[in-house]
Amino acid sequence: MSLLCARNIHAGYGGINILNGVDITLDSSKIGVVIGPNGAGKSTILKAIFGLLKVGEGSVFLDGEDITNEAPEHLVHRGLSFVPQEHNVFLTLSVQENLEMGAFIRRDDYSARIEYVYDIFKPLKAKRNQPAGELSGGERQMVATGRALMTEPSLLILDEPTAGLSPLFMSGIFNRILDINTAGVTVLMVEQNAKQALNIAHKGFVLASGTNRFVGSGRALLDNPEVACCFLGG
Amino acid sequence: MNEFIFFLNKVVIDGSVIGGIYALGAIGVTLIFGILRFAHFAHGDMMTLGAGLSLAIAVVLSQAGLSTPLPLGFIAMPIAMALTAAIAVGIDRIVYKPLREAGARPVVLVMASVGVMLMIQGLVRFFAGSKMRSFYFSERKDIFRIHLPFIAAHKPLVIAEPQILLIILTVAVVIALHIFLTRTRDGKAMRAMSDNADLARITGIDTARVVRLTWIIGGALACAGGTMLSLDVVFKPDLSFNILLPIFAAAIVGGIGKPYGAIAGGFLVGFSETLAVFNWSILLRPFKGYVPHWLHVPANLSLIPTEYKITVPFFILIVVLIWRPTGLFKGRVI
Repeated sequence: MSLLCARNIHAGYGGINILNGVDITLDSSKIGVVIGPNGAGKSTILKAIFGLLKVGEGSVFLDGEDITNEAPEHLVHRGLSFVPQEHNVFLTLSVQENLEMGAFIRRDDYSARIEYVYDIFKPLKAKRNQPAGELSGGERQMVATGRALMTEPSLLILDEPTAGLSPLFMSGIFNRILDINTAGVTVLMVEQNAKQALNIAHKGFVLASGTNRFVGSGRALLDNPEVACCFLGG
Repeated sequence: MNEFIFFLNKVVIDGSVIGGIYALGAIGVTLIFGILRFAHFAHGDMMTLGAGLSLAIAVVLSQAGLSTPLPLGFIAMPIAMALTAAIAVGIDRIVYKPLREAGARPVVLVMASVGVMLMIQGLVRFFAGSKMRSFYFSERKDIFRIHLPFIAAHKPLVIAEPQILLIILTVAVVIALHIFLTRTRDGKAMRAMSDNADLARITGIDTARVVRLTWIIGGALACAGGTMLSLDVVFKPDLSFNILLPIFAAAIVGGIGKPYGAIAGGFLVGFSETLAVFNWSILLRPFKGYVPHWLHVPANLSLIPTEYKITVPFFILIVVLIWRPTGLFKGRVI
């Protein structure tokens, strides 16, 4: 059975629908990547799944349980973690404090988990006491992702994790996402850098105008001539 | 040297006292703004309410025959702080929370706080009347006169017992607040929510709990500030008229949303007031022989007369809002 099963999602802002029946299903321990042109509703589908946007029609199931329109603060307890594209770190808090806040819902000793995050994102360890606002864009993305990992989520949702990063950092982030996935975390992410993202994806979703245009394995989508010409820039 | 002692009494001691009181109020204003994003205009009256509660409890304690070396009002204060905190949480539940949940804009919450302000004012007058009341209804205010042995002065340093207590209390509050904000889970969550409320929510931080804590701290410190001011001077039901503006000036000078800035801002406003009304010609007195005859030194050389003291925070507020709207410590722009 799929870990995440979002069916026929309709959602939008202020009465205007952005999503007109999107389906996202993802099996446990897989990487799912959502691509598509600007305005296709990529970020919107993530927000609808995570309860940041009201789902007008359709349903979201996590591990067989209905989580449609459940509030984000409750979904965190169900093993979902979300990293927004922007404003995704507490700028005035230190790196360490950002991670501690990620573990706010945990009442047990999470120090091993913090070490695990420093192990994945090695540059952070030396900067643990620095305010996150003083870090570079790439390092902030590491803090944001690390923060989201603190709850030991079963599903990690990333909204354009490589947006605005230099190509060097980009491949680093993709490699870290692979590491996280290897440790058993299911990842669903939206990406502008479609080719690199599909390269690590088990499953890809091509959205256009708020509907699914193509769904398939990452490899299959990369090889599909129509996807390649219309959505991957030739 | 008597002139120097006079300066210490009028500027250093008085400035520290009033600065500490402003700081206690401004911490609440700045925390509430940081977490809930609106200017809480009822804060001055929350200080009055807290002082009134302390006074009422002190009267009860006195009638019960209690007599302590410390002023009764000070003994009553912790109970009044707990009550004020509970009232603050209650007001939030009844007034501000429904507005927040309805998605009201900050200006609506500001207006609601003006309503709460008028309501508290009415309630305080209803129970306490409109007269001034001294906390020292049954005991004597201890005033310490300290003769400094090492300088040639006849005049002593004068400091009243509540002023000493206030300075100790303010230091304790600053240390406790620092430990709370940097060492505890709830304190860090408060900073996180003040930094980015949306991210706090999706991180799973219990934002309702943070809001509750904000009102508890704000209410308790407002009560402490109001009580200490009333112990130092006198309890007045219209206390907030003279205190609301300085505490907002302090919070804004310190950078709104920054607790340490509010503390610094409180002392800055307090010292500005005492320096502005200080009669500087007194400090010139020892140099009378050196001043040329044609230069007439007036008897009063203060920047502004004492009765216009309230213009000082006004002036600071305007200067800061025009030239440095983020405050000295880079808070948010209102």
